Amino acid sequence: MFKKPFPHPQKSKLKSSAQRAIRQRIATEFPLLAPHLDFIIPKKSQLDVLKLPDRISLYSLDGQVLFFQHFDDQLIPHLRIVHQYPDCFPIIQTDRGATRFILKGAHLMCPGLTSAGAKMVDGLEKGAVVGVKGEGKENACLVGIMKMTSEEIARINDGVGVEACHYLGDHLWKYVGE
Amino acid sequence: MSADAPTESQAKSITYCGVCSFPPEYCEFGTSAAKCRDWLQKNHPELVAAVYNPGAIIVESSSYFPYHEHILISILFPPEAVEAAMSNLSVDAKEKAVKAEEAASKRAEKEAAKAEREAAKKASSRVILKRVERTKRKHVIVVSGLEAFGLDLKKVAKDFGKKFACGSSVTKNPSGGEEIVVQGDLSDDILEFIEENYSVVPVDNIDQVEDKKKKKSEAGPA
Repeated sequence: MFKKPFPHPQKSKLKSSAQRAIRQRIATEFPLLAPHLDFIIPKKSQLDVLKLPDRISLYSLDGQVLFFQHFDDQLIPHLRIVHQYPDCFPIIQTDRGATRFILKGAHLMCPGLTSAGAKMVDGLEKGAVVGVKGEGKENACLVGIMKMTSEEIARINDGVGVEACHYLGDHLWKYVGE
Repeated sequence: MSADAPTESQAKSITYCGVCSFPPEYCEFGTSAAKCRDWLQKNHPELVAAVYNPGAIIVESSSYFPYHEHILISILFPPEAVEAAMSNLSVDAKEKAVKAEEAASKRAEKEAAKAEREAAKKASSRVILKRVERTKRKHVIVVSGLEAFGLDLKKVAKDFGKKFACGSSVTKNPSGGEEIVVQGDLSDDILEFIEENYSVVPVDNIDQVEDKKKKKSEAGPA
Protein backbone atom coordinates (compact mmCIF):
# COMPACT_ATOMS: atom_id res chain seq x y z
CA MET A 1 0.00 0.00 0.00
CA PHE A 2 2.83 2.36 0.85
CA LYS A 3 5.55 0.87 -1.25
CA LYS A 4 5.63 3.88 -3.51
CA PRO A 5 6.12 7.39 -2.25
CA PHE A 6 2.93 9.33 -1.86
CA PRO A 7 2.39 13.04 -2.36
CA HIS A 8 2.23 15.23 0.66
CA PRO A 9 -1.36 14.75 1.78
CA GLN A 10 -3.82 17.40 2.67
CA LYS A 11 -4.61 17.46 6.33
CA SER A 12 -8.07 18.15 7.60
CA LYS A 13 -9.65 17.88 11.00
CA LEU A 14 -11.90 14.98 11.65
CA LYS A 15 -15.44 15.73 12.77
CA SER A 16 -15.90 14.80 16.39
CA SER A 17 -18.76 12.50 15.47
CA ALA A 18 -16.55 10.74 12.97
CA GLN A 19 -13.84 10.52 15.59
CA ARG A 20 -16.25 8.87 17.97
CA ALA A 21 -17.22 6.43 15.25
CA ILE A 22 -13.59 5.58 14.69
CA ARG A 23 -12.98 4.98 18.35
CA GLN A 24 -15.99 2.75 18.36
CA ARG A 25 -14.73 0.79 15.40
CA ILE A 26 -11.28 0.35 16.88
CA ALA A 27 -12.84 -0.91 20.06
CA THR A 28 -14.96 -3.47 18.24
CA GLU A 29 -12.27 -4.55 15.81
CA PHE A 30 -9.53 -4.82 18.38
CA PRO A 31 -11.33 -5.57 21.65
CA LEU A 32 -8.03 -6.13 23.41
CA LEU A 33 -6.99 -2.61 22.57
CA ALA A 34 -10.14 -1.06 24.00
CA PRO A 35 -8.78 -0.47 27.52
CA HIS A 36 -5.78 1.36 26.08
CA LEU A 37 -7.80 3.47 23.74
CA ASP A 38 -7.86 6.47 26.04
CA PHE A 39 -4.08 6.66 25.84
CA ILE A 40 -3.84 6.19 22.13
CA ILE A 41 -6.59 8.65 21.34
CA PRO A 42 -7.33 10.78 24.40
CA LYS A 43 -10.97 11.77 24.65
CA LYS A 44 -10.44 15.47 24.08
CA SER A 45 -7.95 15.06 21.28
CA GLN A 46 -8.47 16.20 17.75
CA LEU A 47 -7.69 13.59 15.16
CA ASP A 48 -6.58 14.64 11.72
CA VAL A 49 -7.40 12.78 8.59
CA LEU A 50 -4.93 12.71 5.73
CA LYS A 51 -6.31 11.73 2.38
CA LEU A 52 -4.04 9.89 0.00
CA PRO A 53 -4.65 8.84 -3.56
CA ASP A 54 -6.43 5.52 -4.06
CA ARG A 55 -8.85 6.28 -1.30
CA ILE A 56 -6.49 5.67 1.53
CA SER A 57 -6.97 7.77 4.60
CA LEU A 58 -4.56 8.11 7.46
CA TYR A 59 -5.74 9.07 10.91
CA SER A 60 -3.13 10.97 12.78
CA LEU A 61 -2.75 12.67 16.11
CA ASP A 62 -0.11 15.37 16.60
CA GLY A 63 1.55 14.47 13.35
CA GLN A 64 1.80 10.79 14.21
CA VAL A 65 -0.21 8.42 12.11
CA LEU A 66 -2.09 6.00 14.33
CA PHE A 67 -4.37 4.12 12.01
CA PHE A 68 -5.07 3.96 8.33
CA GLN A 69 -7.78 2.65 6.18
CA HIS A 70 -8.52 1.93 2.58
CA PHE A 71 -11.90 3.27 1.52
CA ASP A 72 -14.11 2.02 4.32
CA ASP A 73 -12.39 -1.27 5.06
CA GLN A 74 -10.84 -2.35 8.30
CA LEU A 75 -8.85 0.14 10.23
CA ILE A 76 -5.24 -0.96 10.24
CA PRO A 77 -2.90 0.14 12.99
CA HIS A 78 0.41 1.82 12.30
CA LEU A 79 3.39 -0.36 13.19
CA ARG A 80 4.25 1.96 16.02
CA ILE A 81 0.96 1.08 17.66
CA VAL A 82 1.63 -2.62 17.18
CA HIS A 83 5.05 -2.18 18.74
CA GLN A 84 3.58 -0.39 21.70
CA TYR A 85 0.72 -2.78 22.34
CA PRO A 86 1.92 -6.10 21.00
CA ASP A 87 -0.44 -8.08 23.19
CA CYS A 88 -3.48 -6.46 21.68
CA PHE A 89 -3.04 -7.83 18.19
CA PRO A 90 -2.65 -11.35 16.90
CA ILE A 91 1.04 -11.65 16.05
CA ILE A 92 2.22 -14.42 13.83
CA GLN A 93 5.82 -15.28 13.14
CA THR A 94 7.50 -15.97 9.87
CA ASP A 95 10.76 -17.75 9.22
CA ARG A 96 14.07 -16.01 8.81
CA GLY A 97 14.27 -16.37 5.07
CA ALA A 98 11.07 -14.47 4.45
CA THR A 99 11.86 -11.48 6.62
CA ARG A 100 14.16 -9.93 4.06
CA PHE A 101 11.46 -9.93 1.43
CA ILE A 102 8.83 -8.59 3.75
CA LEU A 103 11.00 -5.59 4.40
CA LYS A 104 11.04 -5.02 0.68
CA GLY A 105 7.28 -5.01 0.59
CA ALA A 106 6.42 -8.52 -0.56
CA HIS A 107 3.20 -10.19 0.47
CA LEU A 108 3.70 -12.98 2.94
CA MET A 109 3.38 -16.33 1.22
CA CYS A 110 2.03 -19.41 2.92
CA PRO A 111 5.27 -21.42 3.06
CA GLY A 112 6.78 -18.60 5.10
CA LEU A 113 4.13 -19.31 7.70
CA THR A 114 4.24 -23.08 7.76
CA SER A 115 7.96 -23.84 7.73
CA ALA A 116 9.99 -24.49 10.82
CA GLY A 117 10.77 -21.22 12.49
CA ALA A 118 7.33 -19.83 11.78
CA LYS A 119 4.58 -19.66 14.32
CA MET A 120 0.97 -19.41 13.36
CA VAL A 121 -1.85 -18.28 15.56
CA ASP A 122 -4.77 -20.67 15.22
CA GLY A 123 -8.28 -19.63 14.47
CA LEU A 124 -7.62 -16.46 12.53
CA GLU A 125 -10.32 -15.53 10.09
CA LYS A 126 -9.87 -14.40 6.56
CA GLY A 127 -9.66 -10.64 6.54
CA ALA A 128 -8.30 -10.37 10.06
CA VAL A 129 -5.63 -7.76 10.72
CA VAL A 130 -2.44 -9.37 11.94
CA GLY A 131 1.03 -8.32 12.92
CA VAL A 132 3.93 -10.33 11.59
CA LYS A 133 7.31 -10.56 13.20
CA GLY A 134 10.49 -12.21 11.97
CA GLU A 135 11.94 -15.33 13.51
CA GLY A 136 14.01 -14.52 16.57
CA LYS A 137 12.67 -10.97 16.68
CA GLU A 138 10.56 -9.31 19.26
CA ASN A 139 8.81 -6.61 17.33
CA ALA A 140 6.51 -6.78 14.37
CA CYS A 141 7.81 -5.86 10.95
CA LEU A 142 4.57 -6.06 8.99
CA VAL A 143 0.93 -5.31 9.44
CA GLY A 144 -1.24 -7.21 7.06
CA ILE A 145 -4.58 -8.72 6.32
CA MET A 146 -5.14 -12.47 6.29
CA LYS A 147 -6.00 -13.69 2.82
CA MET A 148 -6.91 -17.16 4.10
CA THR A 149 -7.89 -18.57 7.45
CA SER A 150 -5.16 -20.05 9.63
CA GLU A 151 -6.42 -23.49 8.83
CA GLU A 152 -6.36 -22.87 5.07
CA ILE A 153 -2.80 -21.62 5.20
CA ALA A 154 -1.71 -24.86 6.83
CA ARG A 155 -3.72 -26.94 4.37
CA ILE A 156 -3.16 -25.20 1.04
CA ASN A 157 0.34 -23.94 1.81
CA ASP A 158 0.61 -22.03 -1.41
CA GLY A 159 0.21 -18.46 -2.58
CA VAL A 160 -0.37 -15.30 -0.60
CA GLY A 161 -1.19 -15.93 3.02
CA VAL A 162 -1.05 -12.43 4.41
CA GLU A 163 -1.42 -9.35 2.29
CA ALA A 164 1.19 -6.77 3.16
CA CYS A 165 -0.35 -3.43 4.10
CA HIS A 166 2.34 -1.64 6.04
CA TYR A 167 5.88 -2.80 6.64
CA LEU A 168 9.00 -1.48 8.30
CA GLY A 169 10.67 1.01 6.04
CA ASP A 170 7.79 1.71 3.69
CA HIS A 171 6.73 5.23 2.95
CA LEU A 172 4.16 5.32 5.68
CA TRP A 173 6.85 4.32 8.16
CA LYS A 174 9.08 7.08 6.83
CA TYR A 175 6.31 9.63 6.72
CA VAL A 176 6.54 12.37 9.29
CA GLY A 177 3.75 14.83 9.64
CA GLU A 178 4.57 18.39 10.52
CA MET B 1 -13.84 2.76 29.45
CA SER B 2 -14.39 -0.45 31.37
CA ALA B 3 -13.93 -0.74 35.11
CA ASP B 4 -10.60 -2.52 34.88
CA ALA B 5 -9.14 -0.05 32.46
CA PRO B 6 -5.53 0.80 33.31
CA THR B 7 -5.00 4.22 34.81
CA GLU B 8 -1.66 4.70 33.16
CA SER B 9 -0.51 4.19 29.65
CA GLN B 10 0.82 0.69 29.25
CA ALA B 11 2.45 1.36 25.95
CA LYS B 12 5.72 -0.44 25.57
CA SER B 13 8.47 2.00 24.90
CA ILE B 14 10.48 0.90 21.92
CA THR B 15 13.90 2.14 21.06
CA TYR B 16 14.20 2.89 17.40
CA CYS B 17 17.49 3.03 15.61
CA GLY B 18 18.68 6.58 15.08
CA VAL B 19 20.12 5.75 11.70
CA CYS B 20 17.50 3.70 9.89
CA SER B 21 14.53 4.25 12.24
CA PHE B 22 13.83 0.50 12.56
CA PRO B 23 13.72 -1.32 15.85
CA PRO B 24 17.43 -2.19 16.22
CA GLU B 25 16.82 -5.90 15.75
CA TYR B 26 15.78 -5.22 12.17
CA CYS B 27 18.79 -3.06 11.36
CA GLU B 28 20.51 -6.04 9.81
CA PHE B 29 17.95 -5.96 7.02
CA GLY B 30 18.30 -2.24 6.46
CA THR B 31 20.63 -0.44 4.14
CA SER B 32 23.05 0.81 6.76
CA ALA B 33 23.69 -2.15 9.05
CA ALA B 34 27.23 -1.15 9.98
CA LYS B 35 26.28 2.41 10.81
CA CYS B 36 23.29 1.21 12.79
CA ARG B 37 25.53 -0.96 14.88
CA ASP B 38 27.84 1.92 15.67
CA TRP B 39 24.89 4.02 16.62
CA LEU B 40 23.54 1.38 18.95
CA GLN B 41 26.93 0.90 20.52
CA LYS B 42 27.13 4.60 21.20
CA ASN B 43 23.61 5.26 22.38
CA HIS B 44 22.29 2.02 23.83
CA PRO B 45 25.28 -0.19 24.62
CA GLU B 46 23.08 -2.38 26.81
CA LEU B 47 21.08 -3.49 23.79
CA VAL B 48 23.98 -4.48 21.61
CA ALA B 49 24.45 -7.94 23.09
CA ALA B 50 20.78 -8.77 22.74
CA VAL B 51 20.54 -7.58 19.17
CA TYR B 52 23.85 -8.71 17.79
CA ASN B 53 24.21 -11.96 19.62
CA PRO B 54 26.90 -13.73 17.70
CA GLY B 55 25.99 -17.28 16.90
CA ALA B 56 22.30 -16.74 17.40
CA ILE B 57 21.68 -17.03 13.71
CA ILE B 58 23.56 -20.28 13.39
CA VAL B 59 21.67 -21.85 16.25
CA GLU B 60 18.40 -20.71 14.84
CA SER B 61 18.88 -22.00 11.35
CA SER B 62 20.38 -25.32 12.32
CA SER B 63 18.12 -26.23 15.19
CA TYR B 64 15.05 -27.22 13.20
CA PHE B 65 15.72 -29.38 10.19
CA PRO B 66 18.72 -31.35 11.42
CA TYR B 67 16.74 -32.49 14.39
CA HIS B 68 14.12 -34.27 12.31
CA GLU B 69 16.69 -35.60 9.98
CA HIS B 70 18.58 -36.93 12.90
CA ILE B 71 15.61 -38.97 14.00
CA LEU B 72 15.00 -40.22 10.50
CA ILE B 73 18.60 -41.18 10.08
CA SER B 74 18.74 -43.09 13.34
CA ILE B 75 15.83 -45.18 12.18
CA LEU B 76 17.30 -45.89 8.79
CA PHE B 77 20.97 -46.30 9.54
CA PRO B 78 23.25 -47.87 12.14
CA PRO B 79 24.93 -45.55 14.66
CA GLU B 80 28.26 -45.18 12.82
CA ALA B 81 26.52 -43.94 9.73
CA VAL B 82 24.48 -41.61 11.87
CA GLU B 83 27.55 -40.11 13.34
CA ALA B 84 29.07 -39.58 9.93
CA ALA B 85 25.88 -37.99 8.67
CA MET B 86 25.66 -35.77 11.71
CA SER B 87 29.18 -34.51 11.34
CA ASN B 88 28.44 -33.84 7.70
CA LEU B 89 25.37 -32.02 8.71
CA SER B 90 27.07 -29.77 11.18
CA VAL B 91 29.67 -29.00 8.53
CA ASP B 92 26.86 -28.11 6.19
CA ALA B 93 25.30 -25.85 8.75
CA LYS B 94 28.63 -24.22 9.42
CA GLU B 95 29.26 -23.69 5.75
CA LYS B 96 25.85 -22.18 5.36
CA ALA B 97 26.45 -19.86 8.26
CA VAL B 98 29.80 -18.81 6.86
CA LYS B 99 28.26 -18.20 3.47
CA ALA B 100 25.46 -16.17 4.99
CA GLU B 101 27.99 -14.10 6.86
CA GLU B 102 29.99 -13.52 3.70
CA ALA B 103 26.91 -12.47 1.82
CA ALA B 104 25.99 -10.10 4.61
CA SER B 105 29.40 -8.49 4.71
CA LYS B 106 29.36 -8.15 0.94
CA ARG B 107 26.01 -6.46 1.10
CA ALA B 108 27.28 -4.14 3.82
CA GLU B 109 30.29 -3.26 1.69
CA LYS B 110 28.14 -2.46 -1.29
CA GLU B 111 25.91 -0.28 0.79
CA ALA B 112 28.82 1.54 2.32
CA ALA B 113 30.17 2.24 -1.15
CA LYS B 114 26.79 3.46 -2.26
CA ALA B 115 26.48 5.76 0.74
CA GLU B 116 29.93 7.12 0.04
CA ARG B 117 29.07 7.81 -3.55
CA GLU B 118 25.95 9.64 -2.49
CA ALA B 119 27.86 11.70 0.03
CA ALA B 120 30.39 12.62 -2.61
CA LYS B 121 27.63 13.62 -4.96
CA LYS B 122 26.11 15.75 -2.26
CA ALA B 123 29.42 17.40 -1.52
CA SER B 124 30.00 18.21 -5.15
CA SER B 125 26.54 19.42 -6.08
CA ARG B 126 25.99 23.11 -5.98
CA VAL B 127 23.10 25.37 -5.26
CA ILE B 128 22.81 28.30 -7.58
CA LEU B 129 21.04 31.54 -6.79
CA LYS B 130 20.59 33.27 -10.08
CA ARG B 131 19.42 36.85 -10.28
CA VAL B 132 17.33 37.36 -13.36
CA GLU B 133 16.09 40.74 -14.52
CA ARG B 134 12.42 40.85 -15.31
CA THR B 135 11.50 44.43 -16.11
CA LYS B 136 13.61 47.44 -15.49
CA ARG B 137 15.19 47.23 -12.09
CA LYS B 138 12.92 44.37 -11.05
CA HIS B 139 14.41 40.99 -10.42
CA VAL B 140 13.55 37.44 -9.56
CA ILE B 141 15.87 34.93 -7.97
CA VAL B 142 16.02 31.45 -9.42
CA VAL B 143 17.19 28.89 -6.90
CA SER B 144 18.29 25.63 -8.43
CA GLY B 145 20.09 22.57 -7.18
CA LEU B 146 18.36 22.25 -3.81
CA GLU B 147 16.81 18.90 -4.69
CA ALA B 148 20.26 17.27 -4.63
CA PHE B 149 20.26 17.75 -0.88
CA GLY B 150 17.05 15.87 -0.41
CA LEU B 151 14.91 18.91 0.19
CA ASP B 152 11.30 19.07 -0.84
CA LEU B 153 11.23 21.97 -3.27
CA LYS B 154 7.56 22.69 -2.75
CA LYS B 155 8.02 23.05 0.98
CA VAL B 156 11.12 25.16 0.63
CA ALA B 157 9.39 27.42 -1.85
CA LYS B 158 6.55 27.89 0.60
CA ASP B 159 9.03 28.76 3.32
CA PHE B 160 10.72 31.32 1.11
CA GLY B 161 7.39 32.88 0.34
CA LYS B 162 6.46 33.04 3.99
CA LYS B 163 9.76 34.42 5.10
CA PHE B 164 10.10 37.11 2.47
CA ALA B 165 6.42 37.84 1.91
CA CYS B 166 6.71 37.42 -1.80
CA GLY B 167 5.67 35.11 -4.57
CA SER B 168 7.66 31.93 -4.61
CA SER B 169 6.98 28.95 -6.78
CA VAL B 170 8.44 25.77 -8.16
CA THR B 171 8.83 25.86 -11.92
CA LYS B 172 10.24 23.50 -14.47
CA ASN B 173 13.31 24.68 -16.25
CA PRO B 174 14.13 23.95 -19.88
CA SER B 175 16.59 21.20 -19.04
CA GLY B 176 13.87 19.20 -17.33
CA GLY B 177 14.73 19.88 -13.69
CA GLU B 178 12.80 21.94 -11.21
CA GLU B 179 13.78 25.17 -9.59
CA ILE B 180 12.35 27.72 -7.23
CA VAL B 181 11.54 31.18 -8.51
CA VAL B 182 11.36 33.84 -5.83
CA GLN B 183 9.92 37.18 -6.84
CA GLY B 184 12.08 39.92 -5.48
CA ASP B 185 15.72 40.93 -5.39
CA LEU B 186 16.56 38.74 -2.45
CA SER B 187 19.68 36.86 -3.38
CA ASP B 188 21.60 37.73 -0.23
CA ASP B 189 18.64 37.19 2.05
CA ILE B 190 17.97 33.78 0.57
CA LEU B 191 21.58 32.83 1.04
CA GLU B 192 21.33 33.77 4.68
CA PHE B 193 18.02 31.99 5.09
CA ILE B 194 19.34 28.77 3.62
CA GLU B 195 22.38 29.02 5.82
CA GLU B 196 20.24 29.33 8.91
CA ASN B 197 17.44 26.90 8.20
CA TYR B 198 18.77 24.17 5.98
CA SER B 199 21.88 22.86 7.58
CA VAL B 200 22.12 20.04 5.04
CA VAL B 201 23.33 22.55 2.48
CA PRO B 202 26.92 23.61 3.06
CA VAL B 203 27.32 27.33 2.57
CA ASP B 204 30.37 26.84 0.42
CA ASN B 205 28.22 25.02 -2.08
CA ILE B 206 25.98 27.99 -2.74
CA ASP B 207 26.82 30.23 -5.67
CA GLN B 208 25.33 33.59 -6.34
CA VAL B 209 25.31 34.55 -9.98
CA GLU B 210 23.88 37.34 -12.01
CA ASP B 211 22.03 36.62 -15.18
CA LYS B 212 23.29 38.88 -17.95
CA LYS B 213 21.32 39.59 -21.04
CA LYS B 214 23.80 37.49 -22.97
CA LYS B 215 23.76 34.10 -21.37
CA LYS B 216 27.29 33.07 -21.97
CA SER B 217 28.72 32.36 -18.58
CA GLU B 218 25.58 30.57 -17.49
CA ALA B 219 25.37 27.74 -19.94
CA GLY B 220 26.32 24.88 -17.60
CA PRO B 221 24.32 24.73 -14.40
CA ALA B 222 20.73 23.88 -13.50
